[in-house]
Amino acid sequence: MSWISAPRETKRRLDYELISELVPQGSRVLDLGCGDGQLLSDLMTNRGCDVRGIEIDETHVRNCIQRGLPVYHGDMLEGLQHYRNGSFDLVILSQTLQQAADPARVIHAMLRVGERAIISFPNFGWWKTRLQLLLTGRMPRHRLLPYEWYNTPNVHLCTIRDFRILCRQEGLQVLHEIFVAPPARRVGPFLANWRAGLAIFELRDGRS
Amino acid sequence: MATDDIVEIEQASQLGGAQSAGLVETQSWTFSEPPLELDCGRSLSPVTQAYETYGELSPERDNAILIFHALSGDAHVAGYHTPEDHRPGWWDTMVGPGKAFDTNRYFVICANIIGGCKGSTGPASINPATGRPYGPDFPILTLSDMVRAQERLVTHLGIEKLLAVAGGSMGGMMALDWAVRYPERVAAVLAIATTARITAQSIAFNEVGRQAIMADPHWNEGDYYDGPSPESGLAVARMIGHITYLSDEQMHRKFGRRLQDRESLRYDFGTEFQVESYLRYQGNSFVRRFDANSYLLITKAIDYFDLANGHRSLVESLERARADFLVVSFTSDWLFPTEQAKELVRALQANGLLTTFLEISSNYGHDAFLLPNDELSAAVGGFLSHVQRRLRQNGGRA
Repeated sequence: MSWISAPRETKRRLDYELISELVPQGSRVLDLGCGDGQLLSDLMTNRGCDVRGIEIDETHVRNCIQRGLPVYHGDMLEGLQHYRNGSFDLVILSQTLQQAADPARVIHAMLRVGERAIISFPNFGWWKTRLQLLLTGRMPRHRLLPYEWYNTPNVHLCTIRDFRILCRQEGLQVLHEIFVAPPARRVGPFLANWRAGLAIFELRDGRS
Repeated sequence: MATDDIVEIEQASQLGGAQSAGLVETQSWTFSEPPLELDCGRSLSPVTQAYETYGELSPERDNAILIFHALSGDAHVAGYHTPEDHRPGWWDTMVGPGKAFDTNRYFVICANIIGGCKGSTGPASINPATGRPYGPDFPILTLSDMVRAQERLVTHLGIEKLLAVAGGSMGGMMALDWAVRYPERVAAVLAIATTARITAQSIAFNEVGRQAIMADPHWNEGDYYDGPSPESGLAVARMIGHITYLSDEQMHRKFGRRLQDRESLRYDFGTEFQVESYLRYQGNSFVRRFDANSYLLITKAIDYFDLANGHRSLVESLERARADFLVVSFTSDWLFPTEQAKELVRALQANGLLTTFLEISSNYGHDAFLLPNDELSAAVGGFLSHVQRRLRQNGGRA
């Protein structure tokens, strides 16, 4: 499995502070698709976390090394399989799940090596997305979905409702849900599937 | 990299340039007691090792880096021996003031391997028992034997714990060996274009090289120091080696099907294609600086090397390792392919070791690690500076 690396600078800022808040001091953290290592570097410096990253883009990996981060250059499922069960307290996947060939498999792989998973994704049920499709009759494009339909790496977009259904089907227990209205405003659970452009879920394996 | 950049780098690296290690002298140290016990069951004494150092050892003795050279390398890793030298040391692109192995910050050591022919005890050295060159009597060595010899040198230099061990190709294998043999004596390992064990294909190439040497009538079972040496055999071995160091694409770019010094085919067995001319030149220049018995010995040592030897798995073999690791591979390196580097990385990560893996895009094949490469320089420089910072923060524990 592989995917195109999206421009990470813009999409990180939205969720990475909120993700940081979910990470307890001193956690063992693995970031899948860690980009240039901004989040990991922050978690290492400010929260004393023991961090690892996986990133497919060579330039990003180079930046991670300059930040002193231990990073694996390669595909994320491949990079995950090296780790022993329960190697991490948290495995983070920021706005990349929708690019995975098999999202459910990725989540289970995350929860094999990690106690909990933090996953953020653009909510396709956001009013702006719905409205664009409804009114223009074209595939939605905005800051959270910046691609043309023919060059998008996003092959598995979903809504918040869709994601909750997947969690139920796969036996995943939702520990936290955070909803964000762009540019960076937190919104409550009320009509979140309309109001939130971005969702952050913290999960654990409900069967274990 | 733009041509201007290369010119600029070369100027800075010229003798007297801001980034040149400058004039260096090869030193030598000999020990005889206790003798070096070898994997083959024999022992070696006395053992002389030629080495060079660059930069200053810090008062805390915590900034030393040991670099292991590859098959045909030597202790002369950077700088120049005389102002008349045309070429600097073999890794001058990486070692010097302000370079990746920054000699303003680190104390860099590089020693010629034992079994070699560049100043350290090897088959061409005088056997004290007979007063003649060892030749075929020289014991078969392993890379671990060579590493153990260098540990004695490091101790002799008064260094308890190295900041890092580093090497490319065979040198990377030796760095890995050090990591599991002396885990408390190194904070970081840089394993570049290397593997925990070479493939059957690589052993096959080495064996063809050895057969070429042994088929040379001058080889005389390795006892040739009184007469002509097996130069044509060694040249062929080197030609085979060079084929494996280049990528198909690079060979195509560099030579294509172009003819050497002529417009049309001559219909004989002389040198017609440029690639033939290149290989012959490489082979012929190699025999002037290398000993055939050393070539046999070193390629055999590479073939023998398997980090997992004596263990149930590669993962288990790395259980003793404590260092932080930087593993680097190159996309077009088919001699030490990325997949092998990843196998090593998997085993390191399974042991919970802080491991960084980078695969650099390059067309230059296995040779890429010896050529100027911004990506490699940045990775090595960045990795080392963070390891040193962590080490000093944690009072000696990386």
